[in-house]
Amino acid sequence: MAELFASAPFAALLPLSVGSVELAAVDLGRLTLITPYKDREAALSKALQSAHDVALPAPNRTTGQAGCRVLWFALGQVMLAGPEPDPGLAEHAALVDQSDGWVTATLQGEGAEDVLARLVPVDVRAAIFKRGYTVRTQLQHMSVSITRTGAERFQIMVFRSMAKSFVHDLETAMEGVAARG
Amino acid sequence: MRITCPLCGERDRREFYYQGAAVLLERPAFDASDEAWDGYLHLRDNPAGKTRDLWYHEAGCGAWVVVTRDTVTHAVLDCVLASDVASGARP
Ligand SMILES: [Zn+2]
Repeated sequence: MAELFASAPFAALLPLSVGSVELAAVDLGRLTLITPYKDREAALSKALQSAHDVALPAPNRTTGQAGCRVLWFALGQVMLAGPEPDPGLAEHAALVDQSDGWVTATLQGEGAEDVLARLVPVDVRAAIFKRGYTVRTQLQHMSVSITRTGAERFQIMVFRSMAKSFVHDLETAMEGVAARG
Repeated sequence: MRITCPLCGERDRREFYYQGAAVLLERPAFDASDEAWDGYLHLRDNPAGKTRDLWYHEAGCGAWVVVTRDTVTHAVLDCVLASDVASGARP
């Protein structure tokens, strides 16, 4: 049987630095999409708390921190990013390993908000979109998950198959913002 | 046009997929009359004014929502989760 090697989709493309903004690849570890069964949200939150020390986030919010974060991901869905999921979670929710389905980048630096403003139809300014807030939206035509992880830092998740288009669009926007000075 | 998703908040129309009149939430019983099924499948009102549509928040939370809007003024008047309408939690 052929030997398979893991490849990093952002490998040749990132990191990228334009003006004061930087785009870098980040490995979030294991990604587990968690879909709680009917009326089991409270029990799931308890199980998450005792196994991973994080609660179930409300819509558009995250819990935890780098290394173990739970991101609200859709109606009735959250993403556990970081650890291997505790098997006990499966009692309250469907667990799906999506680690290979997504790639993640960090956009940071002065002007990161301006770069995103050229690409997404949501308001990501700090007064509206605070640290720990998350949003599912489109970046150009790509479905993304965007989370603010710092004053001038965003975590952006996109489908792995769109890594190249994603970097192309980000680079164009970064150049546009830098050119404005 | 902006739609205020009950979960995600006010969002641009481009994030939503339009399905059609919200009659799909009023599916007739299996043994309902041919007339009831004919109406459900084929007959739609075409109001000048308030109308209720099903939209899908495709690029956001993935929820089906019932949007009440005015076809004359283009105002979007209300938006609730279709699951809440189906369960009777919302009219
Ligand atoms: Zn939504």
